[in-house]
Amino acid sequence: MTAIVDYGVGNLFSLRSSFGAVGEEAAVTSDRGVIMSADRVVLPGVGAFGDAARKLSETGLGDVIKEAAGEGIPLLGICLGMQLLFERSFEYGEHAGLGLLRGEVRPIAETVPEDSLSGLKIPHMGWNSLDFDLKEGNSHPLFKYIKNGDYVYFVHSYCAVGCESSRIASSFYGAPLTAAAARDNVAGCQFHPEKSGRTGLSILRAFCEMRRPGS
Amino acid sequence: MLTKRIIPCLDVRDGRVVKGVNFGGLRDVSSPLDLAARYSRCGADELVFYDITASAEGRGIFTGILRETAENVFIPLTVGGGIGSVADFDRVLKCGADKVSVNSGAIKDPSIIKKAAKLYGNQCVVLSADVRRVDGRFTIFARGGRDNTGIDAIEWIRRGAEDGAGEIVVNSMDTDGVRGGFDLEMLDAVCRAVSVPVIASGGAGCIQDFITLFKSVPGVDAGLAASIFHFGEVDISDLKRAMRDAGIPARISDAGGGDGGEEVAEREAAAAAEDKKAGQLPGKKQIHRNGVRK
Repeated sequence: MTAIVDYGVGNLFSLRSSFGAVGEEAAVTSDRGVIMSADRVVLPGVGAFGDAARKLSETGLGDVIKEAAGEGIPLLGICLGMQLLFERSFEYGEHAGLGLLRGEVRPIAETVPEDSLSGLKIPHMGWNSLDFDLKEGNSHPLFKYIKNGDYVYFVHSYCAVGCESSRIASSFYGAPLTAAAARDNVAGCQFHPEKSGRTGLSILRAFCEMRRPGS
Repeated sequence: MLTKRIIPCLDVRDGRVVKGVNFGGLRDVSSPLDLAARYSRCGADELVFYDITASAEGRGIFTGILRETAENVFIPLTVGGGIGSVADFDRVLKCGADKVSVNSGAIKDPSIIKKAAKLYGNQCVVLSADVRRVDGRFTIFARGGRDNTGIDAIEWIRRGAEDGAGEIVVNSMDTDGVRGGFDLEMLDAVCRAVSVPVIASGGAGCIQDFITLFKSVPGVDAGLAASIFHFGEVDISDLKRAMRDAGIPARISDAGGGDGGEEVAEREAAAAAEDKKAGQLPGKKQIHRNGVRK
């Protein structure tokens, strides 16, 4: 069973349906017991980083997610949920993230070189292709069912930087932007796999094959 | 590289797709779910469901269909029609819409854009504008193009984007239904006025019209059309290939195997979900089977 963490941010209807579509039972939950006993955990999120980080902290779910990650439970952050895995964000001020991945979140406009900025619309919205960052010649297991260059759906104005060691894919938008990052059992994708057609479902299917230690 | 999007629009009344549909291989040509699944398989980048129901009962049927579609089709889904309040946003978002398009509702109460953007984020709010030239000036029309509001269209759209509309649909009433191509002049004027994505609507008659659109007005992000897709005059996978041949970035789901791969995967996914569902809820009617499988 996959636990989708519900901390009061965003609409989880499509996300839960997409797990159903790959044959995986998914529970939308804010219960620590359910999260800690899940086979894997998804941290979703849309909206502003500061709001979401505050809600994770107020509900105590931020600590639960860190605990789950510490136990080796596979964790996937999606969109803002991925950004929350990093150390901090500079979206309207400075906010601390969960610190499960090294790096920080900055406006796309700061990431792209100035001469590439003109005509570039923010948010980065639509279908863009993935460029895998190969580790020892291999792509990450999350991508086992897709090909380098496959398209996924993005909507974001901020992106993760300083995460070269954990970056597993980028997408070019004025500059190579971090599209997905992973370290051990913790992974995140900036795009929406639940809205990325067959490619997105294939990524979720691969995630559902990741196991917690001893299971 | 970010691709140019192709978006079919489905007008739905009382749970059925309005406008004749001419598709081989579909069991039910006026089922929104069947058509949505078919478009997704052909490579549509997004879908728009437009609710043209008048009654409260029809509206309930609409949200039911929306929910069923969102459970089975995994590309972005925009809903428009009859959106006049934040409660309307809430109603369709809860049923799986990703974006909500507001038109006459924003003319009646412009503050809806700000309110919705604050609650759900700019990416969720689409401002759709019906525009026609009046005495040489781009002018906003309300109520499905029936009422001339006298509002300057470029100013209206600029303000909508400032208020938080994350995307603009420009429907040119001057080219709509003529099938002589998109309104390049109008679209260029809008693209110069705003920095959010712009979706062109009205006038597409053939594949070349989309090529001309993206080549002549590079600021346009997507092309939207209804009947040419429904009648099968333009096949979306052919269109995508033509775009790519013309050097326009386009998402083609499977370079080698065409769109078959997507179809198989989607069927597999649906079947897996059904099997799971059937296992857990014995006796429950499997309503989605016909939806995604041919």
